[in-house]
Amino acid sequence: MAIPKILGTETEYGIIGYHDPNFDPISRTLLLINSYQSDVPLASLWDYTQESARFDPQAGSLDEIYDISDQPDPLSINKVLPNGARYYLDHAHPEYSTPECASVRDLVCYEKAGDRILEQSCFTAAQAFTDGRQILLYKNNSDHKGNSYGYHENYLLDRSTPFRLFVDQFTPFIVSRQIFCGAGKVGWENSTEPAIYQLSQRADFFETEVGLDTMVKRPLINTRDEPHANREKYRRLHVIVGDANMSEYALYLKLGATAIVLGMIEDECLPRTFILREPVAALKAISRDLTCRQPVELDDGSTISPIALQWEFWAAATRYCATHSVEPWSLDILQKWEYVLCHLEQDPLSLARELDWVIKWRLLTSYMDRHGSHWDSAQVTLLDLQYHDIRREKGIYYVLERNGKVERIVTDQEIDLAVDQPPSDTRAYIRGMCLKKFRRQVFSVNWDSLAFNLDDGDIKRLALEDPFQGTKAQVAEAIEASTSADEFVATLSAL
Amino acid sequence: MTSHIRSSRSQSREMLDALSPEEHRSLAMVVGMAAGDQKQVRRSDAPQETSEARPASNIKERGETLKEDLDRIIDEIDEVLEENAEEFVKNYVQRGGE
Repeated sequence: MAIPKILGTETEYGIIGYHDPNFDPISRTLLLINSYQSDVPLASLWDYTQESARFDPQAGSLDEIYDISDQPDPLSINKVLPNGARYYLDHAHPEYSTPECASVRDLVCYEKAGDRILEQSCFTAAQAFTDGRQILLYKNNSDHKGNSYGYHENYLLDRSTPFRLFVDQFTPFIVSRQIFCGAGKVGWENSTEPAIYQLSQRADFFETEVGLDTMVKRPLINTRDEPHANREKYRRLHVIVGDANMSEYALYLKLGATAIVLGMIEDECLPRTFILREPVAALKAISRDLTCRQPVELDDGSTISPIALQWEFWAAATRYCATHSVEPWSLDILQKWEYVLCHLEQDPLSLARELDWVIKWRLLTSYMDRHGSHWDSAQVTLLDLQYHDIRREKGIYYVLERNGKVERIVTDQEIDLAVDQPPSDTRAYIRGMCLKKFRRQVFSVNWDSLAFNLDDGDIKRLALEDPFQGTKAQVAEAIEASTSADEFVATLSAL
Repeated sequence: MTSHIRSSRSQSREMLDALSPEEHRSLAMVVGMAAGDQKQVRRSDAPQETSEARPASNIKERGETLKEDLDRIIDEIDEVLEENAEEFVKNYVQRGGE
C-alpha cells in the first residue's frame, strides 16, 4: 500500500561575483549563509551521528550498491532555519533544502521561499561591501561550459517495495517528463549531440542508468539510501535527474505527477512496464525534440513518443486515483497534467505561460526577432542565464511574472509565510518551532533528530524517526505552554 | 510516427474502457466531467472539455497577443539585462556540483 508522500527538494544555486576580483565561491557562500538572520548564532551543530555508510538489504540484485552519506566536513557550514529548512555550503555552491512537506502546494511555497531567503542573503551580504561588490545567484543547472550542479527531489516511499520496481517503472517516466518540466537551455554541452535549444538543462550530464554517484557518471536512478527516517519502514527516493524550475506551474506539475507515479509503483498499479532500449540516449534525444513527438525505442523493438508515454502514465494515474484513496491534491494535478499533454500534442508553444522551456523559447525567439540577433549571440546566452537570476528586480522570469505573463500556483503572501513558519503537518513543525522558541538551548539538529542543551548541563536528544510525528496538532500546545526546553522535554516525556 | 501515437492512444482508451461502471463514475469526478458520459471521460477526445482548456481557435489569437505583449516587455528586459553580455557570460563559470 502506497504511503502518504512526504516531499522535499534541494536546490544548488549557481554563484558569481559582480565587480569582485577576489571572488571565491566558497568564502562568498559562507558570507551569504552568515548574512541571513545574522542575529541567529551558528552554534547549533548539524548532527551527523545518524548519517553513516549503509548497506541496502532490500535492493536485491542491486545489493552491491551502498550509500555514502554526507560526511562531516570541516568546511561545512549549516544554518537550520525557523521554517524547518537547511541552508548550507555544498561543494562550491550555496544549497537550500526545503523542510519536509506533506502536500505539493506546500512544497512549491517552501521551494520558492528558499529563493527569497537566498535573495535576502545576497542583499544583506552586498551591504557588507562598500565598493559595490555583489554576489549573484542563479537557479539553473548549467554554466553552458560543461559544468552542472544539481536540483534534487526527495519522495518518501514504502521500504517494502522492491527497489528493482522503481528502476524499471520509474525510468520511462523521468526520461519523458522533461517535456513538461524541463527548464530550457540554449546549446549543448559535455560532448553530446549538437542542439540549438533543448527542453532540459540537465539531460547532457547523465551517463548511466542506475548508480550512486551524483557528481560524476550521473545516473537516471540514484541509489543513495539514506531515508532520514525509520529505515525499517521507509525509503527516500533521491531523484537527481530534474531541472530546477522557475515556473511554479511546471514545478507543481513535476512534483505532483512524480509523486502519483511513485504511489502507483508502490501499489503495483501500472498496467504496463515500458522498458526503454537506451534510456540515457532517450533522455538526450527527447531533450532535443521540441515537438515532443519523435519516438524512442523500447526493448521489444517498438517505439513510442514521449507524449504517448506520458499519456500512458496519465491514463494509469487517472484510473489509480479513481480507485484508490489518494492525496486531495492528486485531482488538480491530473487535470493540469491532462491540460499540458493536450496542448503539447496540439502546439507546444501554446504553453508559453506554463512551462519554463516554452516560456524561455518564446522569450528568446521574440527577442531575436526584435533585435535581429541569432542563437549564438551573447545576448541570447545572457537571457538564458538571467532568466534564472533569483533577484526579483533583475531576473527575467520575474519580469514576466510581474507583468502577469506566467501562471502562478501560490501567492507572494503564502511564500512570505513559508519563509518564516514551518509546515504544520510534518516533523518540520517541531524543528522550526523549537528553533524559534528555544534557540538558545538547541544543541544540534538533523532531519530525524533534535537535541537540547538542558539547564543542568545534560544533552537530551529527541529522535524524530517518523516524518509524520512532531506536527502542530501534536506538539503546539506543549511548545506554547513551555518557557524552556527543559519544560518542553519534561512535557513530551510525560505524554 | 503518427500512427504509433494513435495506437498508443487507443491502448490508453482500451484501458479506460475496461473500467467498471463504479470506476467510471469516480473517474468522471476525477477529471471534472459529467458522471456516466463515457465518451467525455476520454481525455483525448476533447481537451476543451476540461475546465482549464481553451478552444483550439483561441490558441492562435492567444499566441499573437502574447507576442505583442512580449514586444512591450522586451523593452523592460533590455533595461534590466546585464551590460557587456559577452564578458558577463564568459565569466559565468561554475565548479561542478551534484
